Amino acid sequence: MADATTSVTEAAPKQTQPPRRSKGLSERRLAFLMVSPSMLLIALVAAYPIGYGIWLSLHEYSVRVAGLSRWAGLRNYTTALGDSEWWAAFWHTMIFAGASVTLELVIGLGMAMTMHAAFRGQGILRTVVLVPWAVLTVVTAVMWRTMFQSPLGFVNTILGTDTVWLGDEPYALIVIILADVWKTAPFMALLILAGLQVIPSEIYEAAKVDGATAWQRFTRITLPLLTPAILVALIFRTLDALRVFDLPFVLTNAKSGTSTLSTIAQETFASNRIYGLGSAMAVLTFLIVMAVSLIYIRTVGGNIRGLAED
Amino acid sequence: MGATTAEAPQAAPARRRKKTGAAGAPKTPWWLYVVVAAIVVFCLFPFYWMINISLKTGADLTSGKAYPPSPTLANYESIFQNGDFTRALLNSAVVSVTTTVLALVVGSFCAYALARLRFRGKFPILALVLSITTFPAIAIAAPLFRLWSDIGIYNTWIGLIIPNLTFALPLAIYILVSFFKEIPKDLEEAALVDGATYFQAFRKVVVPLAAPGLATAGILTFIGVWNEFLFAITLTSSSSARTVPAAIAFFTGSTQFELPLGTISAASVVISIPLIFLVLFFQKRIVAGLTAGAVKG
Repeated sequence: MADATTSVTEAAPKQTQPPRRSKGLSERRLAFLMVSPSMLLIALVAAYPIGYGIWLSLHEYSVRVAGLSRWAGLRNYTTALGDSEWWAAFWHTMIFAGASVTLELVIGLGMAMTMHAAFRGQGILRTVVLVPWAVLTVVTAVMWRTMFQSPLGFVNTILGTDTVWLGDEPYALIVIILADVWKTAPFMALLILAGLQVIPSEIYEAAKVDGATAWQRFTRITLPLLTPAILVALIFRTLDALRVFDLPFVLTNAKSGTSTLSTIAQETFASNRIYGLGSAMAVLTFLIVMAVSLIYIRTVGGNIRGLAED
Repeated sequence: MGATTAEAPQAAPARRRKKTGAAGAPKTPWWLYVVVAAIVVFCLFPFYWMINISLKTGADLTSGKAYPPSPTLANYESIFQNGDFTRALLNSAVVSVTTTVLALVVGSFCAYALARLRFRGKFPILALVLSITTFPAIAIAAPLFRLWSDIGIYNTWIGLIIPNLTFALPLAIYILVSFFKEIPKDLEEAALVDGATYFQAFRKVVVPLAAPGLATAGILTFIGVWNEFLFAITLTSSSSARTVPAAIAFFTGSTQFELPLGTISAASVVISIPLIFLVLFFQKRIVAGLTAGAVKG
């Protein structure tokens, strides 16, 4: 990344300098003045809390005497990594992320293809699809609760079952996955649609002339050309899914097999007031998410570089 | 898709097909309408069900009927008489608006410099900004939970605005950079040639032209903050600072057995409707902003 940056910035000044120098602040000084408030604020609201969180995670705190703490080294981390409940939360998060992102991709792709193909319904669809996205996550949780909770909802009536959807082990997580799919598949569809719309239709016409079937056109033209858009959307959604908190917290109180990396950390430091261990769990979540984020930044690196060019 | 069009004797040229309903456009196959209808139901039905629940009280609530047998606004009346809910609306409005304005003002300077001015280190700054938008909120909430108590801003508006800025500012910067990039440079150059300073060129030429971009960044930031939940429940302890999502969750969490789901649904409908209108009204901009933030970026 570092050498790419220098090459970009070094390439820049060779362009012909417009007659700008004399007036007002110099370009570089102005740039510094305009960028520094944001950078200071980011340092204050992002870097400092994270640094403090790491510091907290390396200490132990007395339950009896407020403010009393001692150095614990990595003990909080070994405790977290040796805790079966933390691992349960880890696996719930992974299952949630894998299942919801896969379903969102498949459904989102289908929706995007439909929107792209439907000439009459496109306007309505574009509007309707934004409704789940506009609904608050907490409200989504309430909504799915009203559908699945037994006397209020209709799910058991339709299926003829008497499952306790929100209170039993595999079902609660399934409902949370479905709720997330409902809320985010449309978003995925819009991202994929944007990718679909930049594929020139001439390619399809040419393929038709050459006798390609609809399926062949889909697998040989659409999918390969969509791959970059899909890849970015996938990683983007995975990052979101790994941080999931609202849905399990409101739908199931993060009980019944729905604890996640974020809910277990929050419960540990906020409800149980075990600051050191809770912070260690938060830092672990941070590290896991950042590992995926690195892949994300690498994937979209070309675009960032495009934005960084003069 | 388009299978029928393929076999049509004279497939209309691509450009004409874009026009909906244009004469000679290939007919939309019937099954496509079925799929369209299925998507509409998929997107709207859960919302309908919640409205249905919100109009029921007493025995109707547990009747499981797909429509309210005797629709009543009692739930809606009760939430507006609930001081905690109206206070939460105020808290949400203050926190969201303040955060959005701060993020836009500070962020637009930074975004302009990144999009337009020549200086070193743009790539690392953009990479940093983008990576912060992917931070898990929990990594900020844990330390702030302690820190805010120590410095006395636990359970206050400012205590929520600061962590919300962590995510709002990078998001605003990122969306704005891609919008500023799209403004033609010639206008600014012309202003500079006519004797404007860089700052005047920014304020008088770029900002007005960037108004749609600012609106988009503003709406997306606002929705992000309005939706925020983890800070809202971790960094507050009473209704004096609790925002709407947290207030709704606390309706839910208090009594496990007899949940006032009729009331909760009414509250949920009330806060969703303005947001849905906002989103529908600014549809095009939002989609442009989302794709700028995720696909292009």
